This record gives sequence, C-alpha cells and structure tokens, in this order.
Amino acid sequence: MSVIASPFDPASPGGDPLVTARGLSFHRGDRIIFQDVDLDIPRGRITAIMGPSGAGKTTLLRLISGQIRPDAGRIEVDGACIHELGRRELYHLRKRMGMLFQSGALFTDLSVFDNVAFPLREHTRLPDHLIRTLVLMKLESVGLRGARELMPAELSGGMARRVALARAIALDPMMILYDEPFAGQDPISMGVLIKLIRTLNDALGLTSIIVSHDVKETAAIADYLYLMSDGRVMEHGAPEALGRSTSPWVAQFMRALPDGPVSFHYPAPPYPADLLASAAA
Amino acid sequence: MAKKNNLELAVGLFVVLGLAALFLLALKVSDIASIGEDKGYRVTARFENIGGLKVRAPVTLGGVRIGRVVGIDLDPQRYEAVVILSIDPRYDHLPEDSSASILTSGLLGEQYVGLEPGGMDSALKNGSTLKLTQSALVLEKLIGRMLTNAVSGDPPPAKTP
Amino acid sequence: MIAALTRLGQSVLDPLARLGRANLFFLRLLGALSFLLQRPGLLVKQLHTVGVLSLPIILVSGLFVGMVLGLQGYANLVDFGATSSLGTVVALSLIRELGPVLTALLYAGRAGSALTAGIGLMKATEQLASMQMMAVDPFQRVLAPRFLAGFIAVPLLTGIFTAVGILGGYLVAVVQLGVDGGAFWAQMQAKVHFFTDVVNGVVFKSLAFGVAANWIALFEGYEAQPTSEGISLATTRTVVSTSLAVLGLDFLLTALMFGVW
Repeated sequence: MSVIASPFDPASPGGDPLVTARGLSFHRGDRIIFQDVDLDIPRGRITAIMGPSGAGKTTLLRLISGQIRPDAGRIEVDGACIHELGRRELYHLRKRMGMLFQSGALFTDLSVFDNVAFPLREHTRLPDHLIRTLVLMKLESVGLRGARELMPAELSGGMARRVALARAIALDPMMILYDEPFAGQDPISMGVLIKLIRTLNDALGLTSIIVSHDVKETAAIADYLYLMSDGRVMEHGAPEALGRSTSPWVAQFMRALPDGPVSFHYPAPPYPADLLASAAA
Repeated sequence: MAKKNNLELAVGLFVVLGLAALFLLALKVSDIASIGEDKGYRVTARFENIGGLKVRAPVTLGGVRIGRVVGIDLDPQRYEAVVILSIDPRYDHLPEDSSASILTSGLLGEQYVGLEPGGMDSALKNGSTLKLTQSALVLEKLIGRMLTNAVSGDPPPAKTP
Repeated sequence: MIAALTRLGQSVLDPLARLGRANLFFLRLLGALSFLLQRPGLLVKQLHTVGVLSLPIILVSGLFVGMVLGLQGYANLVDFGATSSLGTVVALSLIRELGPVLTALLYAGRAGSALTAGIGLMKATEQLASMQMMAVDPFQRVLAPRFLAGFIAVPLLTGIFTAVGILGGYLVAVVQLGVDGGAFWAQMQAKVHFFTDVVNGVVFKSLAFGVAANWIALFEGYEAQPTSEGISLATTRTVVSTSLAVLGLDFLLTALMFGVW
C-alpha cells in the first residue's frame, strides 16, 4: 500500500487519524496518570505508545476502548466521542475493535476453537459450518490451526497470545489494541508475534496501537512512536527520528541506560548522613 | 458431542430427582392428601371451654378418625366456644343426638374431639349442631375442686406409718 | 484526632457503600436475566456445575443428619413411651429448619465458594474485561446464568436433602431400632402440614436462601481484588457472609412463618 510506504513527517503522525485525544486528563486518587495529553493515532499504521512501567500506558488503552472515562478532555474514535456514547453504541463500536490483553485473557473453560468462535457466536447468527470455516481461517493466520482442540491451560504463553490474537480479529475489526504483547516472551515467540502484528496490520488494513516498554521490538515494527512519562507525552515521532534524538531522557529510554535524567536512586537523604545517623543510634 | 449430551442428561436427572423429592415430601410426608378431599359435611358443637383444642385437631369416633376441626370461634352473646367439625361424608349416618367431648390423647398429648353415638334414627347432616357436649378437663379446675372437697368433706384416710 | 475521626467515618461509610454496590449489582443481575430466554443452553451448563456437582455432599449429609435425628429422637422419646412420634420429630425438624438451613450452608461451601473463585479468577485473568471488549455483557453471559441456576438448584437440593434425611431417620428408627413403621409414617402425615410446613419451610425458605447465597457468592467474586490473595479472601468471605445471612434470614422467616400468632 502506498500510504504505508509514504515517508513520514517526523513531527506529526499524518492526516486522517482514527483516534484523537485532546487535553486528556485522568487521575486515580491523588495520583495523576495523565495531564493534558494530546494524541493522534493514524489509520492503517502501527502506532506504539511507550514509557517506563507505571506511566499509565495500559490506562490509556482502557480510555481509548471506553472501559474508563477521562476526568477531562476528549477521545474520539472514528469520529465518535467514546466516553459520551451510551452502552449500546459503545458496544456497537467495540465490535469493530479488538484488544489483546497482556495475559491473553482466553476463556479458561472453552477450547481454543470455542474461544475464537466466541465473538462470532455471540454477535452473528451464522450457521455452524460457516463459523467453523471462519475460525479455521483465523487460526491458520496465527499458525495454530492444529491446536484447535487444546484447552487454554495446555498452551504456552506465546501460543495463548496468538490464540487471543485470532479471537481479536474474528470479527474483522478496524483497530486492534495490544497491551504489552512482548512482555515475558521467549525470543522465538517474540519474533513470531512481531511478524504477526506486522502482517495482520498490513494484510487486513488494520490500525494497530501497541503499548509496550520493550524498546527494541516495538521500535522495529512501529510506524510511529509516542514516549510517555509522568503523565505527559515526552516525545513523539518516527522511530528513526527518536533514535537520533538529542533529548537526554529520550536517549536514556531508547538506549535503555541505567542512569540519566531518570535516576537510578529512589529519592533519599544524602547517603553519608543516613549512615552516620544509624551509627549514632 | 457425546460429552455435551451427558451433561444435559445429568442436569435432567438432577431436576427430576429434585422435583421427585419435593413431591415425595408433599404426598408421603405431609397431610396434602387430606387437604384436597375436604368435602366433609360441617357440624357445629358448642363448648363451655375447649382447653387447648386447635384447628386441624382430629375428630374421632370409637378411636377411628372420621374428620377434623376446621374452625374455632367464640359466640359473643353466650360466651361459648363454637367449634366447627368437618366430617368425612362416608360417615353420614351418625345419630343426631351424638355427643362430643374434648379429650386428651395420653397424659401430655394433644387434644381432640371424641364423638359418642346416640340412639336417634335421624342422622347428622351439613349444618347440624351437636346438643350434648362435654368441655375439656382443665387441670387447674380439677385440682381446685379436689382441694375444696378435701377441706369441706371427710379428711383423707390417714396413712399408715 | 482528626485522623481517628476520619477512620471512624470511613469504617461506617465503606460498608454502606459496599451495601449500595451490592444492591445495584443485584438490580443489574435481575435486568440481565431475560437474556437467558435467548440462550437457555448457558443455564444447563451452570445447573450442572452448581446442582449436579453438589449432589453427592447433599445426599451423604442428608442421610447422616436424618440418621442422627433418628437416634437422638429415639433416645429422648423412649423415656416417655412416645417413640411412635419419632417420624414427626424427624420430619418436622428437617422440613422446617435443618433441610433448608443445612442445604444452604453446604451449598455455600461447595458451590458458593466455587462461584466466587470462578468469577474472581475470570476478573483477575481479564476474561471479564476481554468479554466487554468483545461487546459482550458479562452480566448477561456470565453472571445471570449462574444466578438463575443457583436459584433453581437450591430448592431442589433442599428437597433432596430433606427427603433423604427422612429416609435416614426411617432407616435408624424402623429398620434398626424397631419402631413401628406404620406409626412412623402415619404420625408424620398427621402432624406435618403441607402449607405451613412443606411450602413455608422447604420451598419459601430455600428460595430465600438461594437468592442470598448466590447473590453473595457472585457479588464477592465480582468485587474481589484481582490477585490470588484477593480471590482467596473473597472466597472465605462468601462462606462466612452466606452462613451469617442464612442463619439470620432463617430466624426472621421462622418468626414470620411459625411464630406465635
């Protein structure tokens, strides 16, 4: 597709965004998770949202999918303000979104086949043989057609995530949200997932949002990156542009350095004073 | 598919078993059998005192249960207890001058209505009233009477040492 | 000082808020029940889990409780020469109290705790969230079938428990101790009333206990902290709260049904 091949403007993700957030704020108790965040997720591309643990990345996915409401600001998905929708419209919109949870979130009492068939059976009145064909197609695309009789407990972590991916694309959504897809994966299943996310995105014309802190893998497949920390967008741009960034924080994060603007030490009184105090006591 | 059928079968069995247990409780254990067949004719009896008689107490004749008490009321003019008995229509030839007494089964048992057949030819029918009745024995009154007898009458025979 | 007052206020407000959430939860549960008209198959599966799988414990416990009642009743009644009313004693205690109450307590331990753990686990492993993301309402798809199945199962289990218990009493009294079998059944039938005893005790009480037990179990699971510690805590709370609720409700219902009037 020419759209994907076209060069990026590193300062802006490109026209016609599928998801836009403006002035987004959210806090939990006294803790500010987001403060006045602006985001644009372009259609048909893979956008990654990265940041250190606890930066509210998963919360952002939940805001985009309408599971929680922002305290201020607007989030629009495909032109609809998601937190102002009624339940019926929200559910209608969600049929066009897939979400891959960190744990896979497969239904433990259903087989692999039934898990992938679940959204089809709930939302369509297709005859059994057609559902079977569709499920086998989805399973084939993640390479697990042979595992259809297994129960989720019999799958490895990587396989469970692939089954969950097959389930997420069962209804042919317009967008998929990935929550930490690479966390805790061995190198081989990591490679498989990276390839899958890229191929599915391009073959099905999806819009993908990846939330992750695995810099190398994410930068390898994302078309556009948002770096978040302390409830704000620190930097955004194409991966190559960010890799060349001179900002010390971005450099520390992108190159995974142990010390930098984000200190290795948790805030504490001066070290000698602390030791002397214990000696005095 | 066989697995699913087994599951449905087990659930079906469970429901049948549960309903059967409830039916058993209703038919074999409780008195539902005698509820439906309350086609008995009603007879009224007036007592001075019914003691501890309760609704649903049995009505017997010669020790055989022939009906039960279906209502207890007070006549506000004559200050008498009005007891309505329902008697099984199989026993429709009870003499009209039968008498009713309130008896106790055993020393501590429940109270019931016992009928004594009279000698008349005409039979009791729906709406009849039993003329001859004997009230319940009230223990306190009994003891009271014995005490008055003991004081006014002859002293009880002295015990031999 | 202020902190202590705040804590005190919090300790009053938190349970109140929880009670409010429990009631809203119940309303949503009722609202979701109509979904089962379209998907009766979901109900069958849950009836198997909460009903059929609870049968062994109910059958065995019922039999033993009935046998103990037979033995104890005999030991006491034999002094008055009143062993013929043993049937009445066994049947009335089972039908009015022991059947519904013990069934509800056993149900809380066997099925209620499993319901809580199951829902808590689905929450912890994000199965409920992923269901919502697939535009499927967990209240309709997960909670309502479990609630209705439990609501149906508890009265049936109570009936089975009571019937088996009476059978146990019969075995001890008539088969083993030689009480006259005819008197056993006849006295029972004369004294056990269909409406005041069987309908009030076995049917109404067990329906009320069924609502309470399943409501508590599902709510605790839905509110559980999504960690293994939170789930085990919620499971314990289900058994404790259900036991207290059942015994408290039992007192209330007994006072209403069998109290002096």
